[in-house]
Amino acid sequence: MSAIAVEGLVKRWDGHAAVDGVSFTVPDNSLTVLLGPSGCGKSTILRLIAGLETASAGQVTIGGRDVTGLDPAKRGVSMVFQSYALFPHLTVAENILFGLKVRRVAKADRARRLETAARMVGLDGLLDRKPASLSGGQRQRVALARTIVAEQPVCLMDEPLSNLDAKLRAEMRDEIRRLQRALGLTMVYVTHDQTEAMTMADAVVLLNAGRIEQQGPPPMLYERPATAFAARFIGQPPMNLLRGPTPGTLTGVRPEDVMLNGDGRPARVEALDYLGAETLLRLSLDGEEIIARAPGRGAPQPGETVRVAWPAEAEHLFEDTGIRRDGGEP
Amino acid sequence: MRHVIGWLLLTPAAILLIAFTYWPIGATVADSLFSRGNPIRPSRFIGLENYALMADDPIFWQVLWNNALFALGTIPASIALALMMALMVNRALPGRALARMAFFTPTILPMIAVANIWLFFYTPDIGLIDQIAGLIGLPGHNWLGDPDTVLGAIIVMTVWKEAGFFMIFYLAALQTIPPELWEAARLEGAARWTYFRRILFPLLMPTTLFVLINAILNSFKLVDHLFILTKGGPDNASNLLLYYIFETAFSFFDTTYAATLTVVLLLVLAVLSLVQYVVLDKRIHYR
Repeated sequence: MSAIAVEGLVKRWDGHAAVDGVSFTVPDNSLTVLLGPSGCGKSTILRLIAGLETASAGQVTIGGRDVTGLDPAKRGVSMVFQSYALFPHLTVAENILFGLKVRRVAKADRARRLETAARMVGLDGLLDRKPASLSGGQRQRVALARTIVAEQPVCLMDEPLSNLDAKLRAEMRDEIRRLQRALGLTMVYVTHDQTEAMTMADAVVLLNAGRIEQQGPPPMLYERPATAFAARFIGQPPMNLLRGPTPGTLTGVRPEDVMLNGDGRPARVEALDYLGAETLLRLSLDGEEIIARAPGRGAPQPGETVRVAWPAEAEHLFEDTGIRRDGGEP
Repeated sequence: MRHVIGWLLLTPAAILLIAFTYWPIGATVADSLFSRGNPIRPSRFIGLENYALMADDPIFWQVLWNNALFALGTIPASIALALMMALMVNRALPGRALARMAFFTPTILPMIAVANIWLFFYTPDIGLIDQIAGLIGLPGHNWLGDPDTVLGAIIVMTVWKEAGFFMIFYLAALQTIPPELWEAARLEGAARWTYFRRILFPLLMPTTLFVLINAILNSFKLVDHLFILTKGGPDNASNLLLYYIFETAFSFFDTTYAATLTVVLLLVLAVLSLVQYVVLDKRIHYR
């Protein structure tokens, strides 16, 4: 039992609220991603769950136990830092075992856990090295091994992949997801990268300026964005937002829903982004920019006029305050 | 051609080093092998006779012993104090800038000024220490006049003077250590002391080595305060090697014996530096 519940969490610094009344729950053995732009408060929330910051108001419970004022070491959480926070003067093995030694785990037990963890993340043969002689991906694995041997029910990850190159990032995404399932961890994962959020999460909590914009499983966030912010933040390229149909409203259309054939409204092709499998067309429609997806080859050229249309059910209507008209929650 | 340019580039530094370091060292060693000259009997080569004389000189042995005590008294204390002060002002605390400045102030003062301040502290009866002692009914004491307390008094003053300087190096090193290391250790259940012993102190070892070498060199080099406070007295109880060399050369005008003592000082410093590098360097983690 290690479900996390965050209730009305607030963190103020000098009167400015970095986290402003945030509530969500993370079910047992699931992975929740805190997603948002930099400065949205997602890392602060993670640190509040870990106990590295003190909440100004609100409550954090883990497995039904109120941990809001509890010492970080007694919360039953382990954490992977963006910088990995490896101890540079210790070997890989010493780094992994540091916490177990502090907690006075028996030597035989330590050796067993080290071996299991090293095998799980593929660190065999590197245990005597110092962090400085490891690649970024290997350091990341040491940080993961450190959380594995801790055998804590909750694992917190603070942008763990942002220092890796794109190829390694994709690999590590799979690996972290696999570990989370294999070990039955309850995981909170902070990122600003929507790809990580969409591919890994059981549920996403989308944050903006210290508040929750929307939370739910990834398809829900993509298919029914609750706010104009959510609509623009999730999806690559982002959703088109056009003025209208009535004053004070916005119409959102995903680029893949924009059809280029048939008899729609005329739009001028301003520029092309050729991506191989597809081409993004940047069009000017009555003075507003709109992006459409087209096949990789044979797309219209800049300067040409095309006709654009979209099915009525692909429209998302927002008030100009950003709130979805037909209600964000399903 | 490239060799010529290489040598030309080396020349300015080489000239300075030869003129002010290597030549004087060579001359000192040479001088120590000659007798003291006077108008009637000119200086002549006497081999190691000056060294034999030195081995029989009780003041030399006392000065050497004093210097060992002075080093043992000042080095660990000033380094420990420096580290404690650095840890203290590395944290977010109100008036941090003021505390940093206060700790560093003794470093900016010239040693002569420091000695004058402490002369006032140590003066019997009217000095600060005796006045405070008098308030709580303790008798006055001639701290600098008593052979049993004079070296201790000078050690205390030197620690006060040096710790702030070493603190700056520790503070600079502490600022390069990412705060996540403490957070990671804390999540693993490490107490502050465990973190200090297992993580922070080992990471500060390069700084400690640097500070240690400086502290050892200073304990042999820094004698300005003796001119103000004690002139090595009473009865050589606070005399240190370098001050003894100065006295021998410029008060007794025995330049060849002063040269002999200088060779010993150079050997002591060379051996100490070598030991530190050889012994400590292997155990230190450099980033």
